[in-house]
Amino acid sequence: MPSFSATTGGAAPVADVDRSVGPVVSRTAHFDAPLVLACGRTLPQYDLAYETYGELDAARSNAVLVCHALNASHHVAGWYADDPGNVGWWDNMVGPGKPLDTDRYFVVGVNNLGSCFGSSGPLSIDPKTGAPFGSTFPLITVEDWVDAQAQLADRLGIAQWAAVMGGSLGGMQALDWAIRYPSRIRNALVIAAAPNLSAENIAFNEIARQAIMTDPDFHDGNFEAHGVKPRRGLRVARMIGHITYLSDEQMDAKFGRQLREGINFSFAPEFQIESYLRYQGEKFADYYDANTYLRITKALDYFDPATREGGDLALALAPATCKLLVISFTTDWRFPASRSREIVKALVRKQRDVSYAEIAAPHGHDAFLLDNPQYHAVVRAWFDRIATGMRVGDPLPRANEQAQR
Amino acid sequence: MSAAGNGVARADYATIGRWVADGARVLDLGCGDGALLQFLARERRAIGYGIEIDDAGVLASVRNGVNVLQSDLERGLNGFDDAAFDVVLLSQTLQAMRRIEAIVAEMLRVGREAIVTFPNFGHWSHRLQVLRGRMPVSSSLPYQWYDTPNIHLCTVADFDAFLAERGHRVLDRVVLSGGRPVAFAPNLMGELAIYRFHR
Repeated sequence: MPSFSATTGGAAPVADVDRSVGPVVSRTAHFDAPLVLACGRTLPQYDLAYETYGELDAARSNAVLVCHALNASHHVAGWYADDPGNVGWWDNMVGPGKPLDTDRYFVVGVNNLGSCFGSSGPLSIDPKTGAPFGSTFPLITVEDWVDAQAQLADRLGIAQWAAVMGGSLGGMQALDWAIRYPSRIRNALVIAAAPNLSAENIAFNEIARQAIMTDPDFHDGNFEAHGVKPRRGLRVARMIGHITYLSDEQMDAKFGRQLREGINFSFAPEFQIESYLRYQGEKFADYYDANTYLRITKALDYFDPATREGGDLALALAPATCKLLVISFTTDWRFPASRSREIVKALVRKQRDVSYAEIAAPHGHDAFLLDNPQYHAVVRAWFDRIATGMRVGDPLPRANEQAQR
Repeated sequence: MSAAGNGVARADYATIGRWVADGARVLDLGCGDGALLQFLARERRAIGYGIEIDDAGVLASVRNGVNVLQSDLERGLNGFDDAAFDVVLLSQTLQAMRRIEAIVAEMLRVGREAIVTFPNFGHWSHRLQVLRGRMPVSSSLPYQWYDTPNIHLCTVADFDAFLAERGHRVLDRVVLSGGRPVAFAPNLMGELAIYRFHR
């Protein structure tokens, strides 16, 4: 099986035992204060599952939040003692001596609200009914996630993140942190992201949602009560999503027109790519929740900070005072480099401290999860700079100047 | 576009530093490792961005704490608004670019002033080597003809004419030899030309 990334499926990441955070523990923080959501509804209480790696320093100045993308979780690095094969989805990025070095930084991974890996979501029990929320769990937005993450930061005693970092949908969260919590973030790393979804992006999400919602086992989202799961829908949703994470070039290199056995004039999987997609779809249907998938794709569709400023992205980004690192990948057609350049252009218009790296990589959108020497070197250099700044006690003199302007 | 690494190592910095006002907003095209921006941030409290196409330059600029944007100058500067900068710099990169007219026009669109430096092809040692029938190789043009990044070499007189023909006004011009300004016969004696001009 080709070694595709964790988040998009494929072979699981293999832990680099010498430079891994090692066995980690998933924790849960419970919040009793109600959270008002963008949709108008309120979550009276909720849980957030999270993991931490490294040590928070005495000044509480070395904390880095890692935000996850569509179907990943708070399990960013390391593995579980009772499940050593379950390696975190960004283990190549986060760990001792890695680009985000846990010998220096206190790294926090958090499972987003509405997800299905321990934080409150459609699979959680609704205290009012004693049954899973299922279809009644509210629709959530990127802003809701970030608000909840801010509550977790409070709980952990982190007034200001040294950095918030994420790829894809995770990058959107980092961007939202920069916009709406400018005093709580010194750096944002916005990787393989976009300022909003294009019509084509939304179209792909809608196909995925339709696949799930038209599955006879969906039961308007209350499939749990019927003791079934819309597996066919989830499979197709995953297959279509997966294609958009890869590049044509990479699919050709990995699969081309290879056949498993030969042409049999049947609809059984004959080409390797068919077999691969079916495998990915099966696996996804095993571990993912359909109501969660519907909600997270909607959160993606809704994200558009510029709408708050009449479509002016520069104005929307104006509140950001942190330093920003924007990274895109040349073969990413899901969130192409041109979308990252829109973010950069808007930040430059407001004279914000921003750097932009356009990484030559053949892997499409997936590249943000994979090893790439230039990509990892740039991220490492960025975190080196932050650490150097912290040591001299004057982390970002130029960013601060800009903030006062 | 990586600064083409011509031999007169950064002799232009001091002159550029004198021409950049305190706290100026600067854009450095082909910023390489960001050394000029670092120099200007330190000496003139300048703020701004570097543009660099080369991976190694982008990485070095990030290491140096410089705002660097990875982009191909040949595609223009459409990421920047008109008059967004006080000064747009092109340090020892001009001669390696394909579309000189386009980039100079873009510099004067996004900046109030432009500063351009380039190795002077008119230096006597280059003329002598051409007279002898060989392409010049020197401290300011250290490349052999077959592996040079320099595709648009010009003389001080050429660039004077280029700016005059387009009506661009030269605000300052310094020609250096061995790091020192040349007063007499600059097109013959100068190794490195530094121009400040505007529309």
